[in-house]
Amino acid sequence: MNPLREERAKKMGVATYVKDEKDAIQEVILQSGIKVKPVYTPEDLEAVGFDYEKDLGDPGEFPFTRSLHPLGYRSRNWTTRQYTGFGTPEQTNERFKLMISHGQTGLNVAFDLPTQMGYDSDDPMAEGEVGRVGMAVDSLKDLEVAFKDIRLDRIGTGLTINAVASVMLAMYQAMAENFGYDRKRISATPQNDILKEIVGRGAWVYPVEPAVRLIGDVIEYAMKELPRCNPVSVCGYHIRESGCTPAQEISYAFLIAFAYIDNVVARGYRAEDFVGRFSFNLNVFGNLWETVAKFRAARKLWARLLRERYGVKDKKALFLRGIFGGGGSGMTKQQPENNIVRGAYYALAAALSGAQTTALCSFDEAYTIPTERAALLSLRTFQILMDEIGLRDTVDPLAGSYFIETITKQMEEKILEEMEKVEKVGGMVEAVASGYVQREVARQAYEYEKRLQEGQVTKVGVNRYTEGVDMEVELHEYNEAWASLQVERLRELKKNRDGRAVGRSLKALENAAREGLNVMPYLVTCSKEYATLGEMAGVFREVFGEYVEPGIF
Amino acid sequence: MDRKRIRVLLAKPGLDGHDRGAKVVAHALREAGMEVIYTGLHQTVAGIVNQAVQEGVDVIGLSIMSGAHVPICRKLTQLLKAEGVTDKIVVVGGVIPNRDIPVLEQMGVSGVFPGGTPFREIIRFIEENANGG
Repeated sequence: MNPLREERAKKMGVATYVKDEKDAIQEVILQSGIKVKPVYTPEDLEAVGFDYEKDLGDPGEFPFTRSLHPLGYRSRNWTTRQYTGFGTPEQTNERFKLMISHGQTGLNVAFDLPTQMGYDSDDPMAEGEVGRVGMAVDSLKDLEVAFKDIRLDRIGTGLTINAVASVMLAMYQAMAENFGYDRKRISATPQNDILKEIVGRGAWVYPVEPAVRLIGDVIEYAMKELPRCNPVSVCGYHIRESGCTPAQEISYAFLIAFAYIDNVVARGYRAEDFVGRFSFNLNVFGNLWETVAKFRAARKLWARLLRERYGVKDKKALFLRGIFGGGGSGMTKQQPENNIVRGAYYALAAALSGAQTTALCSFDEAYTIPTERAALLSLRTFQILMDEIGLRDTVDPLAGSYFIETITKQMEEKILEEMEKVEKVGGMVEAVASGYVQREVARQAYEYEKRLQEGQVTKVGVNRYTEGVDMEVELHEYNEAWASLQVERLRELKKNRDGRAVGRSLKALENAAREGLNVMPYLVTCSKEYATLGEMAGVFREVFGEYVEPGIF
Repeated sequence: MDRKRIRVLLAKPGLDGHDRGAKVVAHALREAGMEVIYTGLHQTVAGIVNQAVQEGVDVIGLSIMSGAHVPICRKLTQLLKAEGVTDKIVVVGGVIPNRDIPVLEQMGVSGVFPGGTPFREIIRFIEENANGG
């Protein structure tokens, strides 16, 4: 192997193992490039310059490596927030209530692709997709059905939507206000991270610059009007799913977060005043130790970098809060029951990492969206960890391990190295616009897949311990009648609303978009007039145009 | 026999934006010596057929992770028929439950490759079936 190829091999996939002919492990290289030694001693801590006060601090104290809160899960169990939504708003409402009745403590709404892309259910682009991978939302009416009888002042809601997150948050506020809640008391977390969509998940609509401006509008508006909302959930998650390493996941997420902070700071605010409401969505799969080290290093670095770059002082504004979970890439179609076991270990990794909020891809997600049974099983997995086997007993239980502390320090270095690489090519916005990050991630994904197929990386049930029998799981059923029902309702809505008021509100939105005003108050007005999501998103399409992918091949 | 290089249009139809699989397969086919044109995201079926004809490809490869493979493939195979395009094979990859494979094959999809299919299987299939085999 030439040196360059070897260097690449070390960076990707799950850990690389070099073994001798007797199956004894000679070398272990984690995905982020850290070499694991067979034995760790106090000398390793000395070698990396480990210092308790500087590197860890007590739980709840800067730099928060150990935990954001002094007592960790003792004082508060984690929030569970399974990704949920499908079909019509009624069906989603039913599933929400089911999950809550079984002990789920937060919501995380899955929207169908037309909704995520700013198309109404009757748009030709929506054909075949209405209600398929999530709930269809055309107007405020749909949200009113989906959230009926849910205590919006008690339960926080993640809104997995990005390009048109501004529209959805405005609708959520309008819905809550129509139900009689004070907007200052509702808690929503729109994902609202467009740069990661461009890199990894593909639900982009507008060109980079206006798209980032919309993110900034949401952050600025939430700071003033929705104090309990988290206006952005920066997702290293999807970039990791697309093929990057754990170290890159954190470095790209931080650089994306900085791009959003810079947008809002340029409007004349101090980072200190809003960054405390930022949240992150980060992935768990792969090597257990590397995952734990990643999260501990990330909490520490985030606090330190906010201090250094933006002079943030307020303790709570330095918290890396968020949802650690998922693990979709780790799940396999082969031997699907293995995914139940994988999920349990991913959840364990999240718990050992001090995840504040969590969610788990269900075992049938390599086939389709989860059945009720599969979703409940994920919830039970969390409950077993926290209520049965002792993950709430003590805070940051792996702290002080020669091994964990050494690789946590090394992980910090790796994350900084990856950040530097992107900053060398002009920073994250530039690196995304030019396709640099996408190319890097796609190349690694390919090399990982190749190694998997060549058997250099082990995946149980896929390339080792195979059974040669294809097993099918029970599948969530999609019904095309939901789409017609949704379209029918939309027609009804358009007939019954005050068309002139809708027209006026959309015109005002257009002016705001053109003049660079914060669009959020205008979106709230449009929503309350029952303008559709497609109409509001369409105004932005008209004013901003659409994103064109850079060729990366 | 000196056969011409196989040309493949790899397309992401519909609104699904998960393109890891499409890009990985694009790399693999290219490494196997095929010429690969990748459409990028959010393509309409009509646009894909149009591009396939314009580029004179032998293979139309679709990557669909959203679960909408049945309606999308139905539309595409119908359009190919309506336009009298018979010199191209259609292959599909993505999140596809086993029970849908015969449904897709019946509408004229030649090869279905659910996630996790080895590259060599996809490559062999295309080599054996494109250009009339």
